[in-house]
Formats: sequence, C-alpha cells, structure tokens
Amino acid sequence: MTTFLQQLVNGLSLGSIYALIALGYTMVYGVLRLINFAHGDVYMVGAYVGYYLSRLLQRKEPSLASALLVMLGSMIACALLGVLIERLAYRPVRKEARLTLLITAIGVSLFIENVAQLVFGPDPKFFPSLAPRTDFRFGGMRLTSEQITVIAVSLLLMVLLRFFIMKTRTGKAMRAVSFSLDAAKLMGISTDWIISVTFALGSALAASGGVLIAMQIPKVDPLMGIPYGLKAFVAAVLGGIGSVPGAVLGGLLIGTSEVMVVGYLSSTYRDAIAFGILILVLILRPQGLLGRVHKEKV
Amino acid sequence: MRFRVLAAVCMAAVLAVNVSCGSKGSQKEILIGEYGSLTGGIATFGISTKNGSELAFQEINAKGGVLGKQIKLLVEDDQSKPEEAGTVVTKLINQNGVSAVLGHVASSHSLAAAPICQSNQIPMISPSSTNPRVTQVGNYIFRVCFIDPFQGAVMAKFAADTLKFKKVAILVDVRSDYSVGLQTFFRQQFRQLGGEVVVEQSYSQGDSDFRAQLTAIKAANPEAVYLPGYYTEVGTIVHQARELGITVPFLGGDGWDSPKLWEIGGAAMNGCYFSNHYSTDDPNPAVQKFVADYKAKYGQVPDALAALAYDAARVLAAAIEKAGSTDGAKLRDAIGATKDFPGVTGTISINADRNAVKPAVILKVENGKYLLVETIKPEAVKL
Repeated sequence: MTTFLQQLVNGLSLGSIYALIALGYTMVYGVLRLINFAHGDVYMVGAYVGYYLSRLLQRKEPSLASALLVMLGSMIACALLGVLIERLAYRPVRKEARLTLLITAIGVSLFIENVAQLVFGPDPKFFPSLAPRTDFRFGGMRLTSEQITVIAVSLLLMVLLRFFIMKTRTGKAMRAVSFSLDAAKLMGISTDWIISVTFALGSALAASGGVLIAMQIPKVDPLMGIPYGLKAFVAAVLGGIGSVPGAVLGGLLIGTSEVMVVGYLSSTYRDAIAFGILILVLILRPQGLLGRVHKEKV
Repeated sequence: MRFRVLAAVCMAAVLAVNVSCGSKGSQKEILIGEYGSLTGGIATFGISTKNGSELAFQEINAKGGVLGKQIKLLVEDDQSKPEEAGTVVTKLINQNGVSAVLGHVASSHSLAAAPICQSNQIPMISPSSTNPRVTQVGNYIFRVCFIDPFQGAVMAKFAADTLKFKKVAILVDVRSDYSVGLQTFFRQQFRQLGGEVVVEQSYSQGDSDFRAQLTAIKAANPEAVYLPGYYTEVGTIVHQARELGITVPFLGGDGWDSPKLWEIGGAAMNGCYFSNHYSTDDPNPAVQKFVADYKAKYGQVPDALAALAYDAARVLAAAIEKAGSTDGAKLRDAIGATKDFPGVTGTISINADRNAVKPAVILKVENGKYLLVETIKPEAVKL
C-alpha cells in the first residue's frame, strides 16, 4: 500500500509538470488554432535560465527567497522569449495557410534546439538544489520537499491562471479571441496584444515547469524539451485541446499512468501505454476528455 | 525543368568531390579514422578516447612514426546516437580513405559501425566496447578490453564474496546492448554464487525520471542495486534513489567511469562500487608515466577510456609496423597476432575471438575519487 501511495505521489508530481507545459499548448491552440511545437523548447530554455540564475545566486545558502527569484526570473525570461517567437516567426505568416504556420513552428523548434546546443553546450549540466531540503514521512512513504513544491507550485499556478482567464478583463478578451478572432477584433479587442499575452503566459508556465523538473531530476540538457514537450502535447490533446481544465486533467492522467506502468509492469511499455490511452480516447471521444465539439458552419 | 538541371549539376558536383577525396592519404601520412561521441549524453567517453589516442599517436610520430610515415588521426562525432555512428564511419572509409578505424566506447555504437568496417575490409579496433557481439561481427573487428561476461561476473563475485550480499536488485538500461549484456552475466554469476536477484527494473537511455522504478526497488528491500548504465543516467538515478530513501550501495561497470559522474551524482555516489579496466593508483611505472603525460597535456586525470584508447592506438601502430603495409588483410592478421603487448591497462594478447583477456579492478567512489579496492584476475571467475 505504501508503495502504491509513493508511486501515486511520483505520478502526480510528474503529471503536474506535464500539465504546466500542456497549458501552454492548449492556450495557444485556443487563440490561434496552432500547435506550437517550439513550446517544449521554451520549457528547456526555462530550465537553463533557471540553471544560470541559480549558479549566480549560489554563493548564498539555498533559501526559499533565492528559489523564488530563480523561478520568477526564468518565467519572465521565457515570457519574453514566447512573445518574441510569436512576433518574429508566427505573426508574419498568421494569415497564410494553417500548414505554413505548423511548419514554421517545427522550424522554430529545431532552431531553438540547435542554438541551445551551441550556446549552452551539448553536455548535460547538473542543477544545484535551490531550496533547503527536508523530507516528510508518512508511514513508509517519503515525500521530498521538492515533490511537494512541484505539486503545490503547479496547483497554485493553475488556480491563478484559471482566475486570470475567468475574472480579469484580459482573460475575458482572451476567451473572446478564442471564440472567434474576427468577431473579437470587430468588438474592439486588440487581438495582437491578446495573442502576445497568451504566448507570454504559456511560456512562463512552461518555464516554471522547466525549473521544477530540473530541481527534481536534477540535470538540464538542450534536448530535454523533446520528450516532455511530446508528452505534454499528448496530455493537451487527451484532455481536449483548447480546454484549460482538460490540459491539467490530461497531464495528471499521463503522468500517473506512466509511473504506474513503469512501477508495476515494465518501463518498456511506458510510452506505449501513454499513447495507447491517447488513441483510445481519440477513438471514443475525438474532442478529448473535456473538449468541446466545434461545429464547422459552411 | 530548371530545378532538375540544377539538381543534376549538384549531384555531379557531389560525385566529383567524392571521387577526388576517395584516394588514400598522401604518401607521407597514414590516415587513421576514429569515431566517438564528442557531444551528447556520453560525451566524456568520446573526448577521453580522442585524448588517449591523440597522445599515443603524438608520441609515436615524435619517434618518427611508423613505416617512415606520420600517422594522422581523423576524428568524427556521432552525437551520442548509435545510428549516426554508421554514417560517420562510412564517411571516414569512403570519403577520407582511412586505413583503420578506432572506436567506439559504447557497444551499441560499435555494433552499428562494425559491419561497415567489415564489408569494406578495414580493420576496426574498439578500445572499450565490452559487449561480446561486437567482435563477432567479423574477422576485421578487434578490441583491447575484456568482455561483459567477465565484467558482469567480476562484479557478481565481488558482491557475493567480498561484500557478502545475498539479495540484490538490478536496474538495467534496456536500450543499451552493453547494459543488457552486463545484467545477464551478473545475474547468472550471482545466482551461481548463491545470491538472489530480488527485483529487476529497466529504463531507457535519455529518461530522466526514475522514481517509479526506484520505488519498486525500494519495496523489494535489496542489500545493493546493480546498475550497469552510463554515467549521466547513473548520476541522476543514484541522486533520486537517495531522495527516496534508498541508502544501500549501487554497483556498476566501466560505463560509470567519467569525471561527470561525481558532478551529476555528487555525494549520493559515496560508497558505490564499479568494475573498471585500470586504476590510476597502479604503481607500474608505465601507468604512472602515462598518467603524468596525460595530465600535462590535458590537465585532468585519465579515465580508463583514455587509457584503453592509448593502448588501442599503440597496438594498431605496432601492427602496422609489423605488417609492413596498411593493406586491410595484412593489417588484420598483424593485429590478430598481437601477443603480450605491454599496455597501460595490462598485458594485451588478442585471442582467437579477437578479444583481449585482462584482469579487472573494482573501484570505490569516495568524495570524487575512485579508490582501488580489489583486482580480479580472469582465472578467478568461472563462467
């Protein structure tokens, strides 16, 4: 039983990272109908910014304040990166065919990965521990402060995001753009601004995911965005792409099922099961678990 | 139409370049190719290997080279991807026209490149691939290190006889031929010596979250965990294991041997053991001279991969000298006839299976240093 609970915690902490990244996919898809393939790489850049920031702060003892600083710094840097990517790569081709946009996204992803190998070096780097470590024991179960941080921070960010989208003026505008870009424009919403905000938010969430995972593993490498980006994408589709609660649910489901498969079956089936679930859901419910059906009007 | 003409011109240009480069190196030089992982997850392997063979050829060239010619080493990077190994070796042979190939450390990479060397009849010496299948590819493929049946058995013997462990867990990298080989032979030997493997878990190279496997291992309560992987994953796995409250020692193979192991794993690695090819503590003057020369040139202590590459390069040079030519078949026979060659990783004799038979050492990780614990001779383990 304790083993099962421990696996559950492992799964939830992995799943909340997937959820954080999946949110970015789903938000961008919501406003632009674009799968932003560069999103996983933004997450990687987030982890690296965290790495360099924490190296800068390392002279001091690890403390909660410095951990917070690293997290915020990396989120801001990636928000800027996200806006920059949208401004330079996607906006010029936004009016073109959907396929053009998609191929541009793949190009941006490859570009970031290779520049990262050049700038950061291709070798994995060890991520220093940021916050003072304590372990919490419940029976035979062991929760590290990092695991608790991951789950708590992810939850907090998701609640904040929910509040932002539902209650604030910008959030409402975002939902309007997601409903119909042209109609929103006619209502006087600055759609360019809203799209930039969406990219900034999504990228900041990915960056927080990057720092959180780097704290846990603890290493960073320039290609770390690929597996996590892919899983998060699957999570977003599973939950219903375009749906914010769906992305969270999808992330937690994929993370937990992955850990359970590895723990109780074999690591060989790790991805097979995750993608198997995806295929099954798409057959039975093509719009995803919490997705809405969009009727195409001709 | 214009595009087709352009394409045709490009093709012609590529072919012309190929033909012009296809000729063997100049009269004054002997070209030797080396493929390794200079970037990516096992990059220190490739860098150490490159350093070791460069040092050897530099010494040989300083003494006048072989057959009156200088040796020129061409190194290609496969980015730690087995599939790239085949591509770069094809390039070395077909485009650069090398006389022999050195490489690789990782068995999966060697297995990707060996068939290419074999079909081109270019001798290949792997300095440090330990999977038995590597040299079974064909009669042009050699190695100067021991093989996994021996290495796996050595650690099993050490765990059972010296550490007196009865229950161990195994965590294996299923995507690595090297890791799976060691797992098989360790398990077999450990059971023969009366031990029990309580749980076996697996991961894939490139994974970064191992908590699920480690939680399952913890539940089985072993006295040690055999982890025959490569240093990047080993460092992260042991780090995560300590966080989950697994305090028992981890045991591994020569894939652990990298300065990065300590950088990634840190204090979590203390008290772990791994089998290796040589120890820098060896008082043999040849070893100490090599260690000093290497330190002077590269500013770091040579790991076993550097030492094996140094030996492989010198075995190759000696064979070229003996064969009197760089002809593939003659060179192959000369390498195969290597007997009692004084290497820094022990005396090298190539046996009928084109493998070297040598003792192994057990090293203990202690605050970033690898201390020599025990030397196990080939005749000490029954396979």
